[in-house]
Amino acid sequence: MYVIVAGGGKVGANVTRSLLEMGHEVTLIEQRPDRFARLEEEFGPVVIRGDATEISVLERAGIARPPDLVLAATGDDEDNLVISQIGKEGYGVAKAIARVNNPRNQQHFDLLGITQTVCATTSILGLVEHEIPEHGLVRLLELQREGLEIVEVQIESNSPAVGTRVAGLSLPAGSRLISVFRHGRTELVEPATVMRPGDQVLAVVSNDAASDLRKALLGAK
Amino acid sequence: MRAVKAVVIGCGRTGAAVAKGLAADGWDVTALDESEDALARLGPNWSAGFVVGHGMDVTVLERAGMADADAAVVSTGGDNTNVVIGQVLQKRYEIATVVVRVLDPARAKFYAERGLNTICPTQTAISALIESVRATALERSGSS
Repeated sequence: MYVIVAGGGKVGANVTRSLLEMGHEVTLIEQRPDRFARLEEEFGPVVIRGDATEISVLERAGIARPPDLVLAATGDDEDNLVISQIGKEGYGVAKAIARVNNPRNQQHFDLLGITQTVCATTSILGLVEHEIPEHGLVRLLELQREGLEIVEVQIESNSPAVGTRVAGLSLPAGSRLISVFRHGRTELVEPATVMRPGDQVLAVVSNDAASDLRKALLGAK
Repeated sequence: MRAVKAVVIGCGRTGAAVAKGLAADGWDVTALDESEDALARLGPNWSAGFVVGHGMDVTVLERAGMADADAAVVSTGGDNTNVVIGQVLQKRYEIATVVVRVLDPARAKFYAERGLNTICPTQTAISALIESVRATALERSGSS
């Protein structure tokens, strides 16, 4: 595989090292002279010096071949967006992965069609949030590979779902109610099942829909 | 009829002059810059809008009235910042007229081909310089 890595900071340098160890061909572009000197010492001719948002520099790196992958990993979101756009739209690069430094800029990447992004802050926040028990929702089992979890929700008397048939609940996409435990018995959930106070509901939900599921069953609090 | 509304993002030498020019023409202008110091460039009589913040920040754009702007001029110090903001204004706010300053001729051409109205001062200077050298040389060869 041929990969162009733009930006030789911690992310770019470490990815370059790993890709080389895996036997891939890499060109790393770094603008800052001090960084470039250090990277050149380690990587030799793999590193070229220049502004990776300049088309002539990208061409020197072989953007016209085109590479199988462009990784835009600079510390500047605008630069990463432009690098990805030039690669994908200008040279038909099949895959561009962009680093998002400021999570607030994620929406701009989405809007401009750079769909593959990595944001360390968002990832870490996601992990942290996952560790915080959500009020009223107990995570019983995590299916990591599937991105799903099995959760239990206890329906309270003031829950908005009380008295509503399952078919009438507006549950988030990526969630299914499995069963209800009430009066010492477990029943499988049917569309006609009506939620009662004290019900213990078992559900399968995708990681990103868990919070909405809680809201749908327990209300926003 | 309401005045036509323009937002000028990046209030350096160019942006400030553009903002003043449009305001003098009777446009309802809001200037936007990261630094409060930029207000000085608009002159002591500036009575139109001025917003401090980064043009990538949606809340800042909305404070500047982007939602109902008719035109926007993007002229910050960074080419990449300008082309990204320009595209966001076109796609997110559907501003009819978005003009973007791009100093690098190659990038200006690349984004012009993709529907962004880019103005490249460097290209203008290159063309003007070549043109005036040609004209001078012609004059000389004509007079000798």
